[in-house]
Amino acid sequence: MDFWRQTFTILQKDLRAEFRSKEAINASFSFALVILLLFSFAFDPTEDTVRDLSGGLLWIVFAFAGALILNRSFARELPNDCLDALLAAPIPGSAVLLGKALANLLLLLAVEAVCFPAFGLFYNVRWTRQFWPLLLVVLLGTWGITVIGTMFSALTVNLRLREVMLPLLVYPVMIPCLMAAMKVSNQLIGGEPLDAEAMVWIRFLIGFDVIFTSLAVMLVEIVLVG
Amino acid sequence: MREKLIYILGAVAAILFVRNLNVILNVLPDEAQQGAMYRIMFFHIPSWWTAMLLATIACYTNVAYLATGKLKYDAISVSLTEVQLPILFTGLSTGMIWGRIIWGIWWTWDARLTSALVYVLLCCGYVILRNGIADPTQRAKISAVFSLFAYADVPIVWLSIRLWRTQHPSPMTLPPEMWHALLWNWLAIILLMIVFLLLRLRQEEMRRELDGLRRLAHAG
Repeated sequence: MDFWRQTFTILQKDLRAEFRSKEAINASFSFALVILLLFSFAFDPTEDTVRDLSGGLLWIVFAFAGALILNRSFARELPNDCLDALLAAPIPGSAVLLGKALANLLLLLAVEAVCFPAFGLFYNVRWTRQFWPLLLVVLLGTWGITVIGTMFSALTVNLRLREVMLPLLVYPVMIPCLMAAMKVSNQLIGGEPLDAEAMVWIRFLIGFDVIFTSLAVMLVEIVLVG
Repeated sequence: MREKLIYILGAVAAILFVRNLNVILNVLPDEAQQGAMYRIMFFHIPSWWTAMLLATIACYTNVAYLATGKLKYDAISVSLTEVQLPILFTGLSTGMIWGRIIWGIWWTWDARLTSALVYVLLCCGYVILRNGIADPTQRAKISAVFSLFAYADVPIVWLSIRLWRTQHPSPMTLPPEMWHALLWNWLAIILLMIVFLLLRLRQEEMRRELDGLRRLAHAG
């Protein structure tokens, strides 16, 4: 029980710090919108083509915009040696990781909540037809991005080239998660209901989340403390 | 002693390669469907076997480093991973040449090809990551954790794309003389890799010695 309270405290702390400074979320919002705009030059945005591509496009936006949030997640703790204080506090490293991952999840979901309607407006796509299944896929996919990203943020926090290193390392590892999310989102935004094949992909996403969450929880203590 | 071993193994590997090339190019007949082109398989398949073998050992040594904290295991892990890069690129390029002739395309997004490419990218990431960290113990720790994530990822990528689409030929039954040629060439490649590995390991040991001397000089 203590563990979850500690996780919740870290989550609260991170969200409060973010809402006061708004350093990551604002950058992430505007970056996401810029990429959405750029897509309109990459192809001819007529309704048919966009609907087939939209899941993929949106997840590319989320992965890129997410990197901005994730980069800050542990880097924010560097000034004034906050990271050392956090590690010296009587809480396990896994609680720090999960608290930060949950905070990042909420922040990225906020960015996504803006991106979906913006995408629908700009590209004339009705994305709400399969809303609840889509929400499930978004939650699973976003958790996959944030848990790996937060772990890698901890991994790269002390590096000189942190901002370069994180995307370089994190995207190849995320590929299966993004792929599954893109595949199902394409189908759902196109208005088709979940079929047997999509369920295989959703199970796959759950498996991915479980494997990498446990791997991160197991290894984070080594990364942070040594 | 080790110096001698490197030379001996290198010489044996060179002789084996000459022998194998003779068998592959002059002795074995053309294949019925693919003609002469199938011969590239004698390099393509053992390359991937070797890469998988090295990756498995590296996975083990990475866990061993995290469990014991001995830098010896880190030196072995980095040697294994860096030595894999040439063999990975051999595997990729021979496969692409084969694909261009037989399929008519350089690349296709099939399960094996994609997961192999992701693995190559992760290996490159590992090397770049190591170069970005100055402190030896931190470098060892971070890169070991990263490679564990990489090893967990590759089977998942493979599985996921297999669910999606696949084109790579499945393993087929070969006549015994082709099997022999394949295994002999695998042996030659493994010997060559051991030579590379020993060289790289020596380099890593020298580097640590230099680091130690430098620290000593600064202290004095």
